[in-house]
Amino acid sequence: MVERRELTKRFDQINPEQIQDFLALDGFSMLEKALKMTPSEVRDEIRASRLTGRGGAGFLTSIKMDSFAAETGKKYIVCNADEGEPGNFKDRYLMEKDPFQVIEGMCISAYATGAQEGFIYIRGEYQTSIKRIQNAIDESRKHHYLGTHILQSAFSFDITIRQGAGAYVCGEEFALIESLEGKPGRTRVKPPYPAQEGYFSYPTLINNVETFCNLPFIVRIGGDAYRQIGSDFASGTKLISLSGNVKHKGLYEVPYGTTIRDVIFKLGGGTPNHRAIKMVQLGGACGAIIPDELLDMDIDNERFQIFDSKMGAGAIIVMDDSHDLFDIIHRNMEFFAHESCGKCTPCREGHIQLVKLIEKFIINEASQKDYDTLRSLAQVIHDTTLCGLGQTSPTCILSTMEFFPEEYNRRIAYRKRGGQA
Amino acid sequence: MSIQQIIQSYPAKSEYLLEMLIAVDQQKKHHYISAEEINEIASYVKVKESHVCSVMSFYTLLSTQPRGEYVIQVCKDVPCYINDDFNVVLTIEEELGIVLGQTTNCGRFSLEQTACIGCCDEAPAMRINHEIYTNLTKEKVLDIIHTLRGDANGRTT
Repeated sequence: MVERRELTKRFDQINPEQIQDFLALDGFSMLEKALKMTPSEVRDEIRASRLTGRGGAGFLTSIKMDSFAAETGKKYIVCNADEGEPGNFKDRYLMEKDPFQVIEGMCISAYATGAQEGFIYIRGEYQTSIKRIQNAIDESRKHHYLGTHILQSAFSFDITIRQGAGAYVCGEEFALIESLEGKPGRTRVKPPYPAQEGYFSYPTLINNVETFCNLPFIVRIGGDAYRQIGSDFASGTKLISLSGNVKHKGLYEVPYGTTIRDVIFKLGGGTPNHRAIKMVQLGGACGAIIPDELLDMDIDNERFQIFDSKMGAGAIIVMDDSHDLFDIIHRNMEFFAHESCGKCTPCREGHIQLVKLIEKFIINEASQKDYDTLRSLAQVIHDTTLCGLGQTSPTCILSTMEFFPEEYNRRIAYRKRGGQA
Repeated sequence: MSIQQIIQSYPAKSEYLLEMLIAVDQQKKHHYISAEEINEIASYVKVKESHVCSVMSFYTLLSTQPRGEYVIQVCKDVPCYINDDFNVVLTIEEELGIVLGQTTNCGRFSLEQTACIGCCDEAPAMRINHEIYTNLTKEKVLDIIHTLRGDANGRTT
């Protein structure tokens, strides 16, 4: 069995607008269990689980959480639901199909760290998610799972929804905080990190929707048991958004350690018309593009760390041999050129130049010098920008230079021969 | 609700700026925020108009120019692109007689592109106002437009 459904176990089993359905399938019972533990005991379990952030960066959740828990005074929990990475739709599913689980995860997180207020920042395009989460908040409040003295305990916590208005970069922690404050979403210089100085300079813990949804699961089976699921590199299950040229596109939950090929073939059923797979992009527009030969690697293979990407938020975009590599890179680069917030020069100006250079490859006008410029510019953007957007956007160029050198060489050689194929 | 009522349903704090702008935009038939409204909002939350303008220009869901009653946004990212075998944008352009970025003369439809709307498993997809349409085929796209057009002029087409 390739799938292991833990976070998605209630999907299609419940009416996502009915709290009773959620409660009937042990909803909020993990919050009850957590409330019987001390906050530090809950954090111990999370530390033991070695849960990593599911938003893409893959940072150990407990490090962020512990440093946030050490902060005193007013502090905020923020659920990052600004899912905008092309190829990803897991957070939308989590919010639309089991919205109460998100609330439960945020409550556990708030209890474990001593926060009293929370936000869910949902992108404005996700109106159904906004509606479902709002209903879940209202219902949870009515049944005393949110508000003051939750389940007659001393713990109080409440959540408000904030909408994004169409800016991919707001998925980045500090850009999101700026947006929450009612400003354009442009990142800040780190440190200090949000856990120390975030929303209006108060300590702020930001986690991805899926990360929060893992907390009830960890409380349920315990940190050590959770650690047993997965691979040596990462523990737990991962939601995979499978799209592109594949028969059964959709959302799948698999333990870490599953190979990319198994996801594409055993779950996705391969390509629709048995065409060969030419390339697969992992993580979304900011992820590595790999050839068929590398599909036997784990979904969390360390090899991708050289591109700072690994699986990102868990998208797998399959492309068959009818597609042109440079056409795809071009789309990705146009996306980043549009979504750059404009704060860092290498990102703002660099992406425009990357688009132009890739266009040269598309029309077979690229020279060896263009290749060198492309490579060094991609590296400069990666090395010198402030936030994750510019740090990861060149991945699709740098990875294809390594995995598809013949594609680049063919285009350069074409020009050398004076346009003779 | 009048624009003033919408604005005043939020606390007079600048952190609610985005929420207010989205709410006003949603209320308006032509999905934009006028100079006067920017002025009203700025004075209500006590920030400079230029600040409101900087927010307006940063976020793609907000517009200072009148748009169509129906804002059609076609997803342009890779997962939709590789599943788009009939060209959604071209189909709509030909049907409405406008190109990307334009609004029809009657003011009913605007055609835009959007970044990924998280429907990659049902690609190709597009968004019209708050409605999401997925698994698009040429027939489906034309059907949707015909239906909206019918709604807009009393089903005479």
